[in-house]
Amino acid sequence: MSAREPRPRTPLPGRYLSGREMYSLPGLVRDEPRVRYQFSAGQAQSRFLEGLKQGKILGVRCPKCGRVYVPPRAYCEYCHVPTRDWVELPGTGVVHTAVVSYIATDRRRMEKPEIVGVIRLDAPGYREDSYEFAGLFHRLCGITPEQVMDGSAIGLRVKPRWRPPEERTGSINDIECFEPVEG
Amino acid sequence: MRPNIHVKDRVAIVGAGMTLFRRRLLETPRELAWEAARQALDEAGITIKDVDCVVIGTAPDAFDGLHYNGEYLSIAAGKPTVRVYVGGGTGVFVPIAAWWHAASGHCNTVLAIAEEKMSPAHPHPQYVFAYIWDPILERPLGPNLIWIFAMEMRRYMYKCGAGKEDIALVSVKNKRNALDHPAAQAAANITVEDVLNSELLVWPVNRLDISPVSDGAVALVLAREREARRMTDSPVWVEGVGFTLDNTHWYNRELAYPRYVQYAARMAYKMAGIERPWKEIDVAEPYDPFDYKELHHIEGLMLARPCEAWKLLKEGYFDRDGELPTSPSGGLLGVGNPIAAAGLMKVAEIFWQLRYQAGKRQVKKPVHKGVAQAWGDLMQAGTVIVLGN
Repeated sequence: MSAREPRPRTPLPGRYLSGREMYSLPGLVRDEPRVRYQFSAGQAQSRFLEGLKQGKILGVRCPKCGRVYVPPRAYCEYCHVPTRDWVELPGTGVVHTAVVSYIATDRRRMEKPEIVGVIRLDAPGYREDSYEFAGLFHRLCGITPEQVMDGSAIGLRVKPRWRPPEERTGSINDIECFEPVEG
Repeated sequence: MRPNIHVKDRVAIVGAGMTLFRRRLLETPRELAWEAARQALDEAGITIKDVDCVVIGTAPDAFDGLHYNGEYLSIAAGKPTVRVYVGGGTGVFVPIAAWWHAASGHCNTVLAIAEEKMSPAHPHPQYVFAYIWDPILERPLGPNLIWIFAMEMRRYMYKCGAGKEDIALVSVKNKRNALDHPAAQAAANITVEDVLNSELLVWPVNRLDISPVSDGAVALVLAREREARRMTDSPVWVEGVGFTLDNTHWYNRELAYPRYVQYAARMAYKMAGIERPWKEIDVAEPYDPFDYKELHHIEGLMLARPCEAWKLLKEGYFDRDGELPTSPSGGLLGVGNPIAAAGLMKVAEIFWQLRYQAGKRQVKKPVHKGVAQAWGDLMQAGTVIVLGN
C-alpha cells in the first residue's frame, strides 16, 4: 500500500454558536412564512374518504396482480395498470407495531402519552405474513403502554372505533382509533 | 460474479474534506459548502479550475429556509452543476451521481458536495419533518418523525427478539468511536444505562437512541482513471453503486426488514462483482440516524442474516477491532447528523479507511473493500456505494 502520509490537518472549519450567541448575531433575520395549503385527495383517495364517511373501509384491486390496496391507489405500482374493482373490507385486522408517544409534532412534551401504530387489515390478495399488506397507520385505544412495552399489543386483533355519523367529515379522523376486538 | 455494466472509464475518489458538525454554526450554507470543497480540492492537490462538473446534495429546503437550495449553493460560477435529492439517502446519492458524470466520460473531474444547515428552523427542526407525511391520511393524526422510527424499532425488536439494551449498544459503540473524529458533535463515553435513562421521547426511543440535530458540510473529488492516477498513487475506486425507491406507503410493508436497502445493495454488489458481501466487505458505514437503524441496515446490506446483527454486535463483531467494523467514524450518532452531509461523511470515512488515513479511527484489520449506505424518506429510499483500493 503506497498511501502517502496524511497531510497534517488544520483544525476543521466552522465556528460553533451557543443558542445565546445565535440570537445576538448582528443582522439576525426572523421570518415566519404565511402560507396555507389545501390538498385535493385525488381520484382514489377521495373515494376512500367518502367510504370512511359512511363507516366503510374500502380497498381497490389491481386487475392484473390481484393486490388489494388500502389506502387505495389509482394505479398499480407494480403492473402500471389502472386499478378497478372496489372492495369493502371488514375493517378488522391485527396490530403490526405499536409505540407510546410522549412528544407532539413540534417535539413539545404531551400531557398524556398517545399510543399509535400500524394495523395490518384483513384483506384478500395477500398471503399470511407477506412482506406487503393492506394496512393503515392510526391511533390505538384500549391498549395500555405496558402492553406495548411487553410486546403483547403486537398481534392483537383490532377493529375501527367510528365517530358518530353526524360528526364524520370524510377524513382519516372519522375513525377515532382502532380498539381490540372483544372476546 | 461478472459485473453487469460497461462503463466508459473507471472512476476514483481522490480527495475528501469536511467542516465541523455542530448544533449551530456561524457559517452560511454556502460558506460551509465552500469550506468543505476547499479541503477536498486541497487533498486532491487540484484547484477549482481543474473541476469540470459539480454535484450538490442537500435535504429539504425547509431546514435552510431557502428555496432552490441547489442553485443557492452554486459555489463554482459557470460550471455544470446539478443538485440531487432523495431525503436522508441524499448523502450517498451525491457520489453516485458524481460517479455517472465521470463514468459516462462527460466530465473528467467532479466535485461532490453535501451540505445541511438545520439550525435556522424554530422552535425545533423536528417540525419541518411534519411536511414529509401524507397530507390526507397521515398529517391529520398529528405525527412526528420519531413515531415512524419508534414503530419500525418496535417491530424489529418484536420480530428479532432484541431488547432495548441490545440496541442501545450501537449508540454506545458509535459515540465511543466518534471520540477520535475531529468533526464530532456527540462523541462520548456512555453506557447502555445512560441510553436507557435518557429522556423518553416515543417508547421505545429515548434521546440517546437518536443522532443530534446538526449543521455541517462534506465534499469529495472524483476523477476518471487517467486524471485520478495523475493526482494520486492511492486512488479509491468506486466499484459499485445502487439505489432504489419504494413507495411512500410505509405502513403497507413489513417494518422489520428494509427491502429497499437490500435492492440497492444487490445492484451495487452486482456491479462490484461481489457475491458474498458478508465475507468480501472489510469495513462498512451503514446509516445510523437511530441506533436500531444501523442493525436494520447491516441486515439490509446482507452483512448479517436478518435478525442476527444485534447478536453479532454483542460479541464485538462490529467494533473497530472486530471482524467487520461498522461506523468506525462514529456515525451519525457520534459525529452528528447534518442530513445530506452525514451520508457523505460516511463515504468520506470509507475513503480514508481504504487509504489507511483514518488515523486513530483506522480499523485493525487490513481493508480492501468498503461499503457506505444511506436511507431516506418514508422508509423507502436506499442508496449504496461500494469502494475498493
